[in-house]
Amino acid sequence: MTQTVQQLMAQCEALFEDLRFGVVKEWKAAAPGRKAIGYMPVYVPREIIHAAGMLPVGILGGGDQLEVIQGDAYYQSYICRIPRSTIELGLSGRLDCLDGMLFPSICDVIRNLSGMWQILFKDKYVKYFDVPQNFEDGIGGDFYIHEMRLLCEDLGKLADKPLTDDALRASIVVYNENRRAIRELYAYRAAKPWQAPTSEVYLVLRAGMVLPPEAHTRLVRDYIAATEAAPRPKRDNARVVLTGAFCEQPPLGLIKSIEMAGCYIVDDDFMLVSRWLLEDVPTEGDPLENLSKAFLHCSATTASKYEMRKEEKGQFLMQSVSKAGAEGVIFAAPSFCDPALLERPMLQAVLARHKIPYTAFKYAENTGQMAPIREQAGTFADSIKLWSAA
Amino acid sequence: MRCFIGIDLGSTTTKAVVMDEERRVLGRGITNSRSNYDAAAAIAKQEALLNARFHLFRRALAGSGALNGRLEDFIGQLERDFRLEQFLEQLADLEATCRRNAEGTRFGDSAEGVLAALEEVFRRLQVEAPGLFAPAAKRKSDFFRDIAGSRYLAVGEAVAKEAGVRYDMLLNVFDRSIIEVENRVYGDSIKPHLLAALARTFKAQPDTASRGDAVRAPIQGVLDTALEETYVVGTGYGRARLPFSKEHIRSEILCHGLGAHVMYPSTATVLDIGGQDTKAIQVDAHGIVESFQMNDRCAAGCGRYLGYIADEMNMGLHELGPLAMKSTKTIKINSTCTVFAGAELRDRLSLGDKREDIMAGLHRAIILRAMSILARSGGIRNEFTFTGGVAKNEAAVKALKALVQENYGALTLNINPDSIYTGALGGATFAQRAVVEEGKQVEAKT
Amino acid sequence: MNTPVQPLPPQPSKKPVAPVQKEDAMLLQKEMINRNYHELAVAHDRGKRICATFVPGNLNELVMCFDFARSLPETNALQSGLRKKSGKFIMDAERDGHSEDVCTYVKTDLGMMLNGDVGPTGEPLPKPDILLLSYTGCFTFMKWFELVRQKYGCEATMLHVPYQGDGRVSKNMRDYVVKQLKETVIPALERVSGVKFDIDRLREYIKESVKAEEHLVHVLQSAKRRPTPIDGYFGAVYYIGPIFTAFRGTPEASQYYGVLRDEIDQRVREGKGPITPEGELTEEKYRLVVEGPPNWTSFRDFWKMFYDEGAVVVASTYSKVGGTYDFGFRHDPDRPLESLAEYCLGCYTNLNFPQRIDMICKYIEDYQADGLLINSIKSCNSFSAGQLLILREVEKRTGKPAAFIESDLVDPRYFSAANIKNRLESYFQMIKAKRVAAQAATAGASTTTH
Repeated sequence: MTQTVQQLMAQCEALFEDLRFGVVKEWKAAAPGRKAIGYMPVYVPREIIHAAGMLPVGILGGGDQLEVIQGDAYYQSYICRIPRSTIELGLSGRLDCLDGMLFPSICDVIRNLSGMWQILFKDKYVKYFDVPQNFEDGIGGDFYIHEMRLLCEDLGKLADKPLTDDALRASIVVYNENRRAIRELYAYRAAKPWQAPTSEVYLVLRAGMVLPPEAHTRLVRDYIAATEAAPRPKRDNARVVLTGAFCEQPPLGLIKSIEMAGCYIVDDDFMLVSRWLLEDVPTEGDPLENLSKAFLHCSATTASKYEMRKEEKGQFLMQSVSKAGAEGVIFAAPSFCDPALLERPMLQAVLARHKIPYTAFKYAENTGQMAPIREQAGTFADSIKLWSAA
Repeated sequence: MRCFIGIDLGSTTTKAVVMDEERRVLGRGITNSRSNYDAAAAIAKQEALLNARFHLFRRALAGSGALNGRLEDFIGQLERDFRLEQFLEQLADLEATCRRNAEGTRFGDSAEGVLAALEEVFRRLQVEAPGLFAPAAKRKSDFFRDIAGSRYLAVGEAVAKEAGVRYDMLLNVFDRSIIEVENRVYGDSIKPHLLAALARTFKAQPDTASRGDAVRAPIQGVLDTALEETYVVGTGYGRARLPFSKEHIRSEILCHGLGAHVMYPSTATVLDIGGQDTKAIQVDAHGIVESFQMNDRCAAGCGRYLGYIADEMNMGLHELGPLAMKSTKTIKINSTCTVFAGAELRDRLSLGDKREDIMAGLHRAIILRAMSILARSGGIRNEFTFTGGVAKNEAAVKALKALVQENYGALTLNINPDSIYTGALGGATFAQRAVVEEGKQVEAKT
Repeated sequence: MNTPVQPLPPQPSKKPVAPVQKEDAMLLQKEMINRNYHELAVAHDRGKRICATFVPGNLNELVMCFDFARSLPETNALQSGLRKKSGKFIMDAERDGHSEDVCTYVKTDLGMMLNGDVGPTGEPLPKPDILLLSYTGCFTFMKWFELVRQKYGCEATMLHVPYQGDGRVSKNMRDYVVKQLKETVIPALERVSGVKFDIDRLREYIKESVKAEEHLVHVLQSAKRRPTPIDGYFGAVYYIGPIFTAFRGTPEASQYYGVLRDEIDQRVREGKGPITPEGELTEEKYRLVVEGPPNWTSFRDFWKMFYDEGAVVVASTYSKVGGTYDFGFRHDPDRPLESLAEYCLGCYTNLNFPQRIDMICKYIEDYQADGLLINSIKSCNSFSAGQLLILREVEKRTGKPAAFIESDLVDPRYFSAANIKNRLESYFQMIKAKRVAAQAATAGASTTTH
């Protein structure tokens, strides 16, 4: 039974808005002994969680519908909102369905949050997940494989059943497929952005944070098929890459505002976890070695990942611009976000060298005022259309 | 009698409280904070002592039974007449100062015209003055600067037109003069004013005059009682120098905590939303502070913010609460940034939101901020005392009650209409404790 | 292979030890700092190369093996702050496109570069030849050196020091650091300096380091006494200078610490309190533990607020930011690279939250403190994110009161003396009031009720 875009969107929206993670609870209840492990941005090898028979759940803060009351008791000003709303989710019981939480090495705020979580939720499995900043197999790779092995052991203990290499390989197959589907979706959007508005693509991707990967892969493909079957009018919008929103998420209204202002977002860095590994991970051989090599040599680039050579800086963004046929870049960073804001001037310098127009603003996950964003994005879109070098 | 005085130099207003040896509050005084802190402190103290005298009048007259059934009327009239006397003195001072500032080469050829206009303006102001202090008169503010200011502006505009003098010149003179005048302390005038006021009151209420000495004697008795300023404790921050010696200063957080405890002895948590900062204070069973958190870097959600909103909406500060109470729909306002207050408001209105709903949303946003600071200080424990100007705002109180209930369950919420004096009350209590319990000596009067 | 550089003979510097006078330690460390800035200014002219690195995880002994002159941008920034130059640098960097939200050390450094690379002492601070990106305890370090690299075009080499997420150092973590040292860092340093790595030379430097570490710990722990002869925060800033920067492993540093130790021992014998810019603290009224870096632009004013109230800091976490030595760790010449790795892994900001809280609670007890003060720094998320939890946990565990103030490292716009003074005074009065009440209670006097 094929669903329409509207039906699929309704499902995705429901998942997006449910801050009590009902679908995770349902999944757990469907079979005895099931466990769910939460993770924060930017990247964790979800294959490992999946191989342990558990559901990886992406936690991206509480969004603009969550009032933060208790969470603010833990943070003074000058710190972004995602840790506050995440603590709010935790303290209000909304994350009770999670049996553990992974905090990747993205920045000092999330890093410290891992320790706070250990103190606040003593009965949950908490792990700070360090990824290597050295990209040689024998150095960073060795370290990383060891870290992954520890995670395997921990989850095995939690599951009362050790992880096997076979299970890992099988999970790699599943996630390869999911990544492939998402690559298809992104390629589709870049080719026909009017058919796949980012406000919809975003919700499809968010669904992947709470659904089992198999179901999500189906959803992605269903969406592509459904929207392809329902032609929509083309608009004379400017094609832009949106970058900086890889952790604390903008409100959906902000994404809509950018589109309403005359932009097609043809690439972005929302939910990098879904697209971190750029190619299929080999499914034969040592799975942890494969995952390590994929991470070290074939993964995306973002502010929290070191670039060994200065020439590399900005290349990933440039490639993204050219691959997606973008005309400009919008830098959207959460207020106080060290990774995004420190990285920004370097990327802008590279764009400037290549004469690619850009604009920049800051947001918070509960930004209420969209008018300034609309104005800025609109002016940017106009300037691209009027002044772009042919 | 021995008096213990607390003075709180706030950002908008300076308050003073006078208490006796048994820690009974005798009087309270308030004035607008000024550039001259000594003056602000002195005037607030003076007002409090004055208020104490009226309190003592009331006690004495009630005791004598001379005005059975008419006591409140009489005291009320006496106070109004006293205020009128005070006002007239300051008005005269303002006139003299204005004349001085208008003379000379400042206005060139127009000087004569300005001086003449000033004479007419002040003549009219003097004539209408008693009306300002009539029984039913309503005022937005009791401070000389505000009353004189608004009347001067109104009358001045009319006179300027009639006399063909430039209005902005008259304004200029006022601006230069008012600062001088409001920083003057008319300490010696209290007794003469009281006597003059008494004369007016007897004229206004002839039947009381007929009771003659039965009324005069108790009043004279109170006038003759020396109110000894045994110990003064001052508080307030953000000043390079407080007009008190180090021994006589207590932190305003401690004063606030103690003051709240004196008002409500079972207080455990205090929230104060002032003009420019928000304080959350935890106190123990003796009123001693156990922990505190402040947000003093950013005025979002404080009194000043509401002031901006009131200006944006062209309303009086005291009208915001009642408007918000009319709300029927919940609107989420995400920021209380003062800088963007106007923009946020206009944005919402243009989106079709109703004023009362926006107001309610704003009040909730303010209280949410306060809740954060409370959480940081250790949460809200029973009993919870809410002080500061915003505590008089019914919509803010409503939002607070709801959020407290949601997050901490049923607690006793204490709100006192005089909570603006909490800091000064704490200061006075510190003063009393210093002498009576700790045996401190009175410091030589500076 | 042609080395483009004529290196100086590879020997640990042998300088004659100057005769010791009273208060020499303060003068010595000042001299050392100024001398280092001069060395940096003339390094290239003398054929020396410059290596820039960070205080947490600063591998001074290793860097010296390659005859590099050492620059520490954090200390450059704080020196600019102390000398009131950072405000302008920060605004220039912001005008140049850097966000108001990011670390002001970085902006001070970038602003200094925009203003012609004049260092805090007024001498030139030349572009480094290599950036040793010791990625220890702070995310911003990564971006800082990427920014400098992009601006200057100089080379950077990454040393990733993993975070002690589980509150301990695992073999995997140590091996990772050692491997990086052996296979990427040392080769890079060799290549840029033209000097071959000699592990024995490293051992010699490390032997010297241990002496300094011993003395430093002795000095820091003298604050356990009543009265304390030192201030463990403001005063300690001067004590940690040499060991956290370009001098650990040098005989000058050992000499300095020896002199410092003797001075402090003398103060102990005389029962004296610490020296402050306002004079000696003669009456110790409040003993505090402080968490968080100090403010540099109003350093003296900030210290004075403590002095005026008779408050002294007996222990601080900031004095462990460049290495934690008071819980037993020492560099080990027999395991040079391993102990370098352990040193990095043990720097304060690389410890996890539970470890930090444990340290603070231990300090409060061991140093007999009245309470904890947290100076929350806008720029430094590594220290600051979550300090409110630290505050509550410490209060819970020790029963002692904690206070919270907010400022910044080197941006003068974020230091509000009035607000800070208000909070500090309230805190001290709070402690005093509690003491008075406690005394009244124990004296059996009727408690003050209403």
